[in-house]
Order: sequence, then structure tokens, then C-alpha cells
Amino acid sequence: MMQKETDVAVIGGGPAGLAAAIEANKGGCSVTIIERDDGLGGILQQCIHPGFGLHEFKEELAGPEYAQRYIDMLGETKVDVMLGTMVLDMTPKKEILAINEQGVVKVQAKAIVLAMGCRERTRGAIKIPGYRPTGVYTAGTAQRFVNIEGFMPGTRYVILGSGDIGMIMARRLTWEGAKVEAVVEIMSYPSGLIRNKVQCLDDFGIPLYLSHTVVRVHGKDRVTGITIARVDENWKMVPGTEIFFSCDTLLLSVGLIPENEVSRKAGIRLARTNGPEVNQFLQTNVEGVFACGNVLQVHDLVDNVAIEAKRAGAMAAMYATGIRLPSINSPDAVPLVAGRGIGYVLPIKVNTGVDLALASRIGPVNVSLRVKRPVDDVYVRVKNGAKEVYKKFFKHLRPSEMVIFELSAAALNAIDKAQPIEAYLEPKPAKELSEAKVA
Amino acid sequence: MKQKDVICVVCPNSCAITVKQMPDGKLLMEGQGCKRGEQYASDEFLAPKRTLATTVRIKGAFIPLLPVRSSVPVPKERLNDILDLLARIEVQAPFKCGSVVVQNVLGLGADIIATRTLGVDTCAKVACELR
Ligand SMILES: Cc1cc2nc3c(=O)[nH]c(=O)nc-3n(C[C@H](O)[C@H](O)[C@H](O)COP(=O)(O)OP(=O)(O)OC[C@H]3O[C@@H](n4cnc5c(N)ncnc54)[C@H](O)[C@@H]3O)c2cc1C
Ligand code: SF4
Repeated sequence: MMQKETDVAVIGGGPAGLAAAIEANKGGCSVTIIERDDGLGGILQQCIHPGFGLHEFKEELAGPEYAQRYIDMLGETKVDVMLGTMVLDMTPKKEILAINEQGVVKVQAKAIVLAMGCRERTRGAIKIPGYRPTGVYTAGTAQRFVNIEGFMPGTRYVILGSGDIGMIMARRLTWEGAKVEAVVEIMSYPSGLIRNKVQCLDDFGIPLYLSHTVVRVHGKDRVTGITIARVDENWKMVPGTEIFFSCDTLLLSVGLIPENEVSRKAGIRLARTNGPEVNQFLQTNVEGVFACGNVLQVHDLVDNVAIEAKRAGAMAAMYATGIRLPSINSPDAVPLVAGRGIGYVLPIKVNTGVDLALASRIGPVNVSLRVKRPVDDVYVRVKNGAKEVYKKFFKHLRPSEMVIFELSAAALNAIDKAQPIEAYLEPKPAKELSEAKVA
Repeated sequence: MKQKDVICVVCPNSCAITVKQMPDGKLLMEGQGCKRGEQYASDEFLAPKRTLATTVRIKGAFIPLLPVRSSVPVPKERLNDILDLLARIEVQAPFKCGSVVVQNVLGLGADIIATRTLGVDTCAKVACELR
């Protein structure tokens, strides 16, 4: 068996893993990336459309291009990369068990960064009545087929779910000569970015059926058609609203879910979102194990992945060089909870009473959240008991756009440990709104 | 009088802008939240442009496709012509990210550039070569 020691082990070589590894290396640590694929870059290699890195590089790069920038930066470091190596197990003592062509590999690390990304949800498909014919794929699988492997899964498509991957695939398939009959969304609003609806659907006259879902898949060996129908507020089908589309392929774009099978084995607690519970140091309940990128929360912008991952890399390096970071298990860790209108909020807990020297080295705390449904003219407020921690006005908020803001060290020091911190939405009073219009 | 409804995608506000062209050519706008949206809507009305991202076939690499994009946005109504041209192109590995596949495509002032580095062997090897 091959054995190896490293200061920081990074599991996953997507954008999160790359950024974390580079940062941990800057922190003076030996770093090893363990990636199951034959190359680095993760899911970005199949996202060939532009729109990555606008914030960081001030350019609209394609996914592989963005990945290449990081692969090039990594090339200038001494980070060790183990490709074709799949992590199977991990212990709280930070011993990693992986396999590759040479057999079993054991890596003993001082700190670990989890960067395994996410996988596609398929659960929505299970409830669809009908046979299970050939021609039903997740949108990400189809993306890989079309953009990397070079074949088309079908000729006429219906796409279930208006997530970004589904909408981007609608355009891609149309450009490749296929016909996309419809995109069908159970919610009353598109779940992806408006920009993608405009440029990937409207540009091609592809209809988006909101408050609709697939009620039947036709065909025995191969899909021959799809029936959709409208749903009411309780997602119950409205009889008599069925529409039939003749097609040979159904794509599912019904969401992503963090990939945490390995984390669970090491005793890492997962939140409702299926990402690990972390505090502001991105540290899980297992000390010295950090999480970032889509394995923590599903991101829509790779720029945000990079920011989060750099932080995780820096924290891991600090831990590996002997600096103890406050634990999420400590009584000083105050829950940060999602209140009215908020889908989820991260970190799950915020440690108070952090040593000042350490706090200034780490900088302000990043909070990220998503709203439950689209809202207009609201304040995002964060309160600790009666104390205001944060307040900002937003004209529009959508679940597809993550809200990220900072809490200052000063605000955190004033936190009352006896009470949770709550993030919630508050509608702006109509009076203030009309005054604003006059002004 | 020509009229068009444009949804601005410059910022998350997604303003619905109605653009009308007067007989003298002047544009009248309604619904824009700011100046940037005005510029966007006027471009969308007069000459909509898009960045094209697709693939071309590649020989000798570990995968059959090389992802490419237009270096700058190109007129929307010419996208299909560019796609037809690219469907007939095949390149030979190795190919480096950022290098030009087609120069000044159809005379539109945009190059078609590779967005991935593909070596002659596996990409594992490429990663090593780059070090
Ligand atoms: C199918 C799909 C399509 C997407 N398309 C888009 C898009 O079009 N536009 C967009 O903006 N965003 C898209 N995203 C979101 C995108 O994933 C993120 O912006 C970003 O790539 C997340 O980076 P990451 O490093 O966290 O995860 P990833 O890029 O997913 O990287 C995770 C890496 O970890 C590796 N890994 C996982 N488990 C193990 C293990 N046990 N052992 C070793 N290695 C492991 C994986 O092989 C992978 O390389 C998509 C996501 C998915 C799942
Ligand atoms: S018009 Fe201005 S405010 Fe409205 S979406 Fe465009 S950029 Fe945003």
C-alpha cells in the first residue's frame, strides 16, 4: 500500500479544490490534491459557455478557460496532484483512504479541505408515471455527452426544471441542430438566472411553462413523447390542462445536491442543505476539517466558489501549522438561524469571543443566504435578540441569486451568547417606498 | 413604427424595457432603471450581439471535442453561419487554451479561440507538462 504524509489534503480538484490548495500552499504548507477524474477543473470542463470569472478576471471566460487559469497558477506551486484517485474513506484523525490504478493509497494529513462538489438530483424523476424507457437523462449528463464526448442523446427534447444547467443546455442543443419543444417548471418563476432565460430560451423562442410539470413519459423502449400539465398552489395537477409533446428525450434539471458520502463517514454533521455544518472559519464539527465550494453549498457563481475556497485553504493552513481555531462545538458558538423568508443561511454557527489578534488576522465573517421565493422591496435583517447586526435594502431578491455580506468583528464581539442570531426578511413599509419614489 | 420588449440582463433588477423607434430614427424608451440599461436596450434593438461558445472536432487528443468561443460578441443573426462553418472544421492536437482556431471569422472582427488546453495524450499529462 502506498502511504503519504501531507500538511493539507484537498479532496476534489474542481475550482474550489484548486483555489483552496493554492491558498494553503501560500500559507507555507505542503499540499496534496486528491482528484478521482483524470484531469483537474471539475465540472467546469463541461461548462463550455461563457460567463465565468467576471468578478475575478474582469472577463467572461468559458468554464474550461477559467479552470485553466487556476491550473496554470497551480503549476507555479509545489502542490502535489494525485489524479485518477478516488477517496473512499476518511477518519476524524485525518487519515484518508483512496484507490487508484496502483491500488490502495493512505494519506495522513494534518488538515483536510473538503471540495468534492455536488451531484445532480434525480429524485423528481422517480415520481413521474410511465415506463422507464431510454431517453431520460439529467441535464449535466447530457452536457457532458454533448460538450466533451461528442454525441447527442436525442433529436427532440423536453426539459424538466428551469435551473441554469437546463436552460443552458436548451441553447446548446438548439445550436447543435436539435429541437427543444419546451422547458417545464413546477414553480411559478424560473429557478435559474433571468439572464439565462433571456439568452437561452427567449432568443430561440423556446417556451417556458411555469407552474407545470411532467405527468407522463410515453414510450416503452425509447421515449416517444411527454405529457405536461398545470399544477395548482399545492402542486396538484389541474385536470384538463394536459399538453402532449412528441419528443425522444427528457432532460432533468431539478437541482444539485452536495456530495457528502465521504464526509459522513468521518462523523461530519450535515445541515438540512446536505452540506457540512460549519462556523465562520468554514470548519466542520471535526476539528481541522474544512469545507468549501459546492460540497458546502450549491453556488451559482464560480467567483464566489473561489473566494470561499481561498478562505478554507487559508484556515486549513493555519490549523496545520498549529493555530487552533475556535470550534463549532464550543459553548461560544452561537447558532445563526434562517428566519422568515430565508431558505438557508451559512455559517450554521458563529463563534463569539474570538481572540482579537486571531480575529483581525481572519477578517470579517462572510455570511451567505438564499431567499425562499422571489421578493421585491425588502430588507435583509440580522438580529441578535433586540440588537441589530446587519440591515440592507434589496429591490429584488430571487432564490437563484445568493446574497453574500460581511459581519464585522465589532458586531460579533457585541453578540449575546444566550440568544441565537437570526436572519430574516422584512418588507419595506409602503410609506417609505412611495417617499422614495417622490425623491 | 418598430417596437420591441427587452429584458435588461445587465444587473439582477431585470427591468422590462420597451423600445420604440420614431420615424426620424430616434429611440424612445420606457421601463429602464438606469443608463446602463438604456445602452443595453438600444444595442438589443439596433444590433443584438452574443458571445458564441461551442466545440470543434479535434484529432489526437484524449477527447473528440475542443471547446471554443468567439473572442468578442458577434451579431446574433450571424450565429448560425458561424456554427455552420465551425461544424466543418477539425483541428489537430495539441491545442493550447487561448490560441486561435479561426481568425476574423466571416470578417466579423472576432476570432474563434480555444477555451481548453488539449495535449496529445491524456489531460493528466497536460497538467504535468504545464508545470
Ligand atoms: C452537472 C453540473 C453542471 C453545472 N453547470 C454549471 C453551469 O453551466 N454554469 C455554472 O455557473 N455553474 C454550473 N455548475 C455549478 C458549478 O459546479 C460550480 O460553479 C463550481 O464548478 C463548483 O466547484 P467545486 O470545485 O465546488 O465542484 P466541482 O467542480 O464539482 O469539483 C469537485 C471535484 O471533486 C471531485 N471529487 C468528488 N468526490 C471525490 C472523491 N470521493 N475523491 C476524489 N475526488 C472527488 C470531482 O471529480 C470533481 O472534480 C454545474 C454543476 C453541476 C454538478
Ligand atoms: S436597466 Fe439598469 S437597473 Fe434595470 S436591469 Fe438594467 S442595469 Fe439593472
